[in-house]
Amino acid sequence: MLEIRIHGRGGQGVVTAAELLSFAAFREGQYAQAFPSFGSERMGAPVVSFCRLDHEPIRLREPITAPDVVVVQDPTLLQSLDVFAGLHDDGWVLVNSSRGFADLGLAEWVERFPRGHARCVPATEIARAHLGRPLPSAALLGGFAGLTGAVALDSLRAAIRERFAGDVGERNAAAAAATFALTRPEPARC
Amino acid sequence: MLKQLECSRAIAEVIARCRPEVVCAYPITPQTHIVEGLSELVRDGTLAPCEYINVESETSALSVALGASAAGARAYTATASQGLLHMAEVVYNVSGLGLPVVMTLGNRAVGAPINIWNDHSDAMALKDAGWIQLFARDAQEAVDLHVLAFRLAEELSCPVMVCVDGFVLTHSVEPLDVPAQDDVDAFLPPYRPVQVLDPTDPVSIGAMVGPEAFTEVRYLAHHKQLQALERIPQLAADFRARFGRDSGALLHGYRTGDADTIVVAMGSVTGTIEVAIDELRDAGLAVGAVALCAFRPFPLAALAGALGGAQRVVVVERNLAPGLGGAMASNVRMALRGQPIPVYTAIAGLGGRPVTRASLRRLIEAAHADAVDDLTFVDLDNDAIDRELARWDERRRSGPSAENMLRDARRAR
Repeated sequence: MLEIRIHGRGGQGVVTAAELLSFAAFREGQYAQAFPSFGSERMGAPVVSFCRLDHEPIRLREPITAPDVVVVQDPTLLQSLDVFAGLHDDGWVLVNSSRGFADLGLAEWVERFPRGHARCVPATEIARAHLGRPLPSAALLGGFAGLTGAVALDSLRAAIRERFAGDVGERNAAAAAATFALTRPEPARC
Repeated sequence: MLKQLECSRAIAEVIARCRPEVVCAYPITPQTHIVEGLSELVRDGTLAPCEYINVESETSALSVALGASAAGARAYTATASQGLLHMAEVVYNVSGLGLPVVMTLGNRAVGAPINIWNDHSDAMALKDAGWIQLFARDAQEAVDLHVLAFRLAEELSCPVMVCVDGFVLTHSVEPLDVPAQDDVDAFLPPYRPVQVLDPTDPVSIGAMVGPEAFTEVRYLAHHKQLQALERIPQLAADFRARFGRDSGALLHGYRTGDADTIVVAMGSVTGTIEVAIDELRDAGLAVGAVALCAFRPFPLAALAGALGGAQRVVVVERNLAPGLGGAMASNVRMALRGQPIPVYTAIAGLGGRPVTRASLRRLIEAAHADAVDDLTFVDLDNDAIDRELARWDERRRSGPSAENMLRDARRAR
């Protein structure tokens, strides 16, 4: 089972991201469970969503406290929350930032992860370029697919197009593909 | 066919396939988006003929369902938490009049303190209102129970409350099969009321009944529940034959055969308990679990059978009956009357606190060694309570407890 936790802020599509990931995995015949950190959501407030992927039916219903993957949609959360709490040392880290881990003060910390398991991607900039809006979810999911290989880019794009009709779907799918390309070919750690 | 769906959406779709003729909704918090989904299905013509009625309160929502049902329509509504309590008077009226309304309860805590998250306080508050109460152990069963609920309700002319854990199940997106229209039509015959308000054949419904017959009329509510005890397993078998899966039952047992310790619970915590049971079995502990699906009627005999070989029982419940312990455990003890084995009550998951596999393992391990109190609160922060109790002792005007304790919690973080 692969357990993914997504951190962001209300309005950034954090819950939608976990759902899209589950739709993509479902397309591949995986069992997928997506759920939000339940609460009264407010724009800008910290929000968490969860996704479990497995090859057999998923029975667990607890929040993910020991994730295999942490996706951070908004790096300003790093100052106020322990977004990486419980993350396995052989897990994956994907942070939305046009700066590197060094600038975020995490250079030493990410050394613990296997090579290629921790990446920063400029998802907001990629989203702006493709959507004209700073909504980084789809771009980050492309990065997730590239980084972990847990879902194929095509499944992700199909899930995005299914959820968002027409032009919005196409633009988000393109944003996902752009980040996928960035993360795919084992680049040096940023 | 499996589709990746949010549970609430899947429930809306299956309700539509049950062809309700009247759906009433008061769609504000606390509410699930089931009725929102249904409004779309009525608007786009998927569910027709159906009268979708937006009302101005929960009391009205169930009152309109009551009236619709009395006029011979298949009627549905959904509520949660304070919404159920708001409509409480009508909840009793629907069952007292013997009207087969089906209502989804997206289980949530009841305030104060204000809390929108999951527990079973709402269902427990009205457990004895004469409705059949079925609890879904997972999202698929939450979908399926509604088909079974309409058939059971209409056969017995008794309302059914389908209890689905708020957020934990209602907001989960996972692979779900929404029963196909043809199969639902074959399983669920058209509604044939035993009483109907019909101008061509007038009757009155809702007479005032004095001491001369009140007990007898009320007895019939109990009689229907006893009939439901017989019918639920039969309908579950019919459901399995048509839909190919186990949904609905009086209870579901898990590795109980040779278990010395059996955990009894209801609702969405079932899956996590099963995982904990598997881990403890791997460690050599003879433990098992029972998930109650029917809470009303309470399956005394079936539960006594399932718990037969156990040396102890741990009831994990998402509600607190202050001054007693748990509403469920006292019922479980009734099933075990005459058997000198301990029944431990574990209060867990109140107001949306996650019930984790780790906490469950600790609880079950301790209970297995008979090292728990009769009544235990899972993951209780005793320090927080001690601090507040100290404030009570310190001065008369200690202030509002909820605010005091929130302040402490923030400081601790």
